[in-house]
Amino acid sequence: MIHLDHIDHQLLLALSSHGNSNAGALGRQLGLSQPVAWRRIKRLEKHVITGYRVNLDKEKLGFGVTVFLGIKLATKGRVSLSDFERAVISIPEVQQIQHVLGLYDYRLRIVSKDLSDFERILRRRIMTLPGVGNVEANVLLSEERRLGPLGG
Amino acid sequence: MTSTTCWRRVDKLKATNIIISTHAIIDWRSLGYEVEVSLRINLDKSQPRAFEDFIQGARKIPQVIEIQTFLGSVDVRLSVLARDMGHYQELYMTQILTLPNILDVEALMHIASVKSNEMLPL
Repeated sequence: MIHLDHIDHQLLLALSSHGNSNAGALGRQLGLSQPVAWRRIKRLEKHVITGYRVNLDKEKLGFGVTVFLGIKLATKGRVSLSDFERAVISIPEVQQIQHVLGLYDYRLRIVSKDLSDFERILRRRIMTLPGVGNVEANVLLSEERRLGPLGG
Repeated sequence: MTSTTCWRRVDKLKATNIIISTHAIIDWRSLGYEVEVSLRINLDKSQPRAFEDFIQGARKIPQVIEIQTFLGSVDVRLSVLARDMGHYQELYMTQILTLPNILDVEALMHIASVKSNEMLPL
C-alpha cells in the first residue's frame, strides 16, 4: 500500500474535487514548486488515481433519464457469466457494469434520452442478453458523489 | 485539429457548462479500502423529512462515497467503503443503522467492475 503524507492527501483532495491537474496552480496553493508538485501528481497518477472523469451536463446533451438495473441471471455457470458480460459490455447506453453478490448478480447504469428510449433499450438490448433472468429497474432522481475517506 | 483549436473547443464546452467539472477517479484499494458495499435502502415516507434527514446524516459518514435517490422499489442507495469485513460490520452497526427513518436495508457486495467508463452514447 502506498504511503501518503499530508501534502499527497491535500493534492488528492484537490484533484478529486476538481480534476484540474495544473501542477503550477496546485503547487502554489500548497506552497510547492511546480516541478515538485508535478512529480507528486505523477506518483499519485501511477499508484492511486486511475483516470479522470468528466462530469457532463447530460440533460443539455439530450440524455434525460438514467436508470439502474439489478439483473439476476437465470442460469449460472462459468460460460453464461462470460457470455453475459461480453454481450452487455458492447451496449453503448450501458455506462457501468458491476458484478455484485447478493440479491442480484449485476448492477447496470443505463443512460437514455427519455422513458420511451429506455423502454427500447430494455426490450431490444437488455431482455435479449444471454442468460438474463429477473430484472429490476430504478430511475435515478438525484446523485451526489462524496469525497469519501479523503474528506473525513 | 491542432491542440490549440482543441483546447479552445474544450474551453467553450466549459464556458457553456456542458462540461460541468472534472474529477480524479481514486483507486480505493490502493489506499487500503478492500470492501465496497452498495446499500439499497427503503425509508419511512410517512415522516415528512424522511429523505432530507437521512441524506444529511449519510453525508456525515466519511466512508460513504455515493448517495443516490430513486423512483422505484429502492428509495436511496449508498456506496460505502471499508478496510475489511470487520471494519464494514462496525460501520454498518454504528453509523449506517443509526441513520434516521430507515425501514429496510439490503446489501450488494461489490465484486468487480466490468465497465465503468461512463461515456455518453453521443
